[in-house]
Amino acid sequence: MTDVTRRTEQDIALVADVLVLGGGPSGAWAALTAAENGAKVVLAEKGFVGTGGATAAGNTTMIHAGPHSDAREAAIKRRLSIAHGLADRASIERIIDQSFDCLNKLADWGYHYPVNDAGASYRGSLRGPDYLRFMRKKLRKAGVTILDQSPALELLASDGAISGAAGINRLTQQRWSVRSAAVVISTGGCAFLSKALGTNGLTGDGLLLSAEAGAELSGMEFTGQYGLAPAFSSITKGIMYFWATFTDEDGNVLERKGDRQSVVAQNLLKGPVYAVIDQADARLQEGMRRGQPNMFLAFDRKGIDPFTQRFPVTLRYEGTVRGVGGLVIDRSGATNVPGLFAAGDAASRENFVGAVSGGGGPNATWAIASGVWAGQGAGAFAGRIGRLHDHRPAGGLGGAGLKPSEKPNASVDAHTFIEAAQQEILPLDRNFFRTGPGLQASLGRLDTAWRSARAHLSADGLPASEIVRARETAAMLANARWIVASAMARRESRGINRRLDFPNTDPMQQRRLLSGGIDRVWVRPNVIERAIAS
Amino acid sequence: MIELVSHDRCITCQACVSACPENVFDKREHAPPVIARPDDCQTCFLCELYCPVDALYVSPLADAHETVDEQQLIESGLLGSFARAMGWKRAIPGGTENDLTYRMFEDGRVST
Ligand SMILES: Cc1cc2nc3c(=O)[nH]c(=O)nc-3n(C[C@H](O)[C@H](O)[C@H](O)COP(=O)(O)OP(=O)(O)OC[C@H]3O[C@@H](n4cnc5c(N)ncnc54)[C@H](O)[C@@H]3O)c2cc1C
Ligand code: SF4
Ligand code: SF4
Repeated sequence: MTDVTRRTEQDIALVADVLVLGGGPSGAWAALTAAENGAKVVLAEKGFVGTGGATAAGNTTMIHAGPHSDAREAAIKRRLSIAHGLADRASIERIIDQSFDCLNKLADWGYHYPVNDAGASYRGSLRGPDYLRFMRKKLRKAGVTILDQSPALELLASDGAISGAAGINRLTQQRWSVRSAAVVISTGGCAFLSKALGTNGLTGDGLLLSAEAGAELSGMEFTGQYGLAPAFSSITKGIMYFWATFTDEDGNVLERKGDRQSVVAQNLLKGPVYAVIDQADARLQEGMRRGQPNMFLAFDRKGIDPFTQRFPVTLRYEGTVRGVGGLVIDRSGATNVPGLFAAGDAASRENFVGAVSGGGGPNATWAIASGVWAGQGAGAFAGRIGRLHDHRPAGGLGGAGLKPSEKPNASVDAHTFIEAAQQEILPLDRNFFRTGPGLQASLGRLDTAWRSARAHLSADGLPASEIVRARETAAMLANARWIVASAMARRESRGINRRLDFPNTDPMQQRRLLSGGIDRVWVRPNVIERAIAS
Repeated sequence: MIELVSHDRCITCQACVSACPENVFDKREHAPPVIARPDDCQTCFLCELYCPVDALYVSPLADAHETVDEQQLIESGLLGSFARAMGWKRAIPGGTENDLTYRMFEDGRVST
């Protein structure tokens, strides 16, 4: 382990009670909550707090349902009915109620919600750029130190507990380190640079950092998640396709029985698929335009009228962003590693959404609730261990892509490894529709790539953007291996683990699959534990 | 992907350099920033919101670059169109009160 306590003058070295990594909604709520509870908080964000992550670019619909309301009961019943037996009522209730409070707080603090035709303040949707800019101001006021353009590269540990993190500033090239009593991982999901909207900074870094510390994951097989977009664009906004008619090259209407995405995926494997949003009346068309302006950028700038003209569509991979898997956490957001907490897309959402996508409300609702809990949990943990951490010697845990295990080899290129990971994860016939032999072969190729990257990949001495890219590359390879190994171990189809060789759901497999490991990936079944995060 | 920094309009505030989540721009002293890493652009359009003078244009093509004509973009009303549709003015947020997203939940096809 390298000693990170010695620093040059140009470097940034800070001390905090709580360090939050990732400034999307979950990180923003974690940082704000910890600060409001009296902790000294640093928030380090790869991009910019306000534009980074999936919410900033995408906008999010929310579950906003008050205690004892019919809407709340309906939302709970709906979640339970589609979760394939892996969610539980107590968790769902706790998440919805926590998020409800926070959505109302936003109004009290001055976020302007629209008023609907019934004259009521409508709180079931947040505009990403506005919401996160608003949170940024709130964080500033609460005294949180924000480090923008500052991706974390590794966790620091002292005596078996997490004691901070270190990274680099992409604009100034400065190294930074923050010594803290607790760290919150809120780095979002992993979409493998698929160009799904707002996801290219989401390369699964937080999961790699945590797994290097021995953290456990769950639900990594529920990642056969793709977003529908006009083929040429990044706009993976699926909601408008609820009013779409899909056709093939010859104009034949595609049957839409069952899962809309599966139909599109099956047909995309045969040829181009087109959509036209021909089932929306004038009032709804105006609602779409004035509710989600980003949906129309692709059309207006290409001169397409999506309500009358058909346009080609594609499916872009979203993985754990709108899928399910991530770090296993308890009620306080704590992982199994002392001092390490997680929230949002970086954490598993199985208790809430089971085996299906949490897009369209649950995920953004979870980001708020889990963020608040991780902020509380990390703050309380810091309070218990006090400022002792200032003096603990700290070592960096980072390996692959940062500190190669053998001699760095300049001919070993990050882009080759990125392509290697993408080739196993992005194609519909590998990861939307899965088969045992296909997964087995994928895992073999990924393990080979991992061993080579682990031994030789390094960007030491190169500009910050390359150093970050090398680490992201390692993270994507690691995430790919957990995804494929977990999908192999679930020998059934359940939710978004679609196994062509096991098309049915097997009641005997109604339990979670835990995973983890760095050089040796492991997967093991777990009986459903009500205690986890409920 | 990002295709234009209008030298006519840019006031060299460097806001886009700080705000781009993908670190696409490099800043320059008293000069418009350069699009230093165009292929890292994730086509999120957010830099357009952070530019106070509508000097940036992001093409909707996510996988390819295209050449754009500034005069034509101005004439067709596309330069700054995202900020106008959102209700952001001079990089100051606004317009959430006009969000009509709730209409998408009226006919019962979508539920959260
Ligand atoms: C197009 C789209 C539309 C969506 N719509 C909905 C919806 O309508 N309803 C819904 O419920 N959900 C929706 N989702 C999902 C929702 O956006 C996410 O669940 C939510 O953003 C998760 O919040 P988060 O804070 O965990 O992650 P993110 O918002 O993704 O933020 C993670 C942050 O961590 C940063 N980061 C990553 N790595 C590092 C590192 N190494 N160091 C420091 N920082 C790092 C990233 O830059 C990013 O800013 C949508 C997703 C997409 C892609
Ligand atoms: S579109 Fe997004 S990623 Fe591209 S330059 Fe603008 S802010 Fe950066
Ligand atoms: S934000 Fe606009 S005005 Fe400011 S530097 Fe960028 S392009 Fe120029």
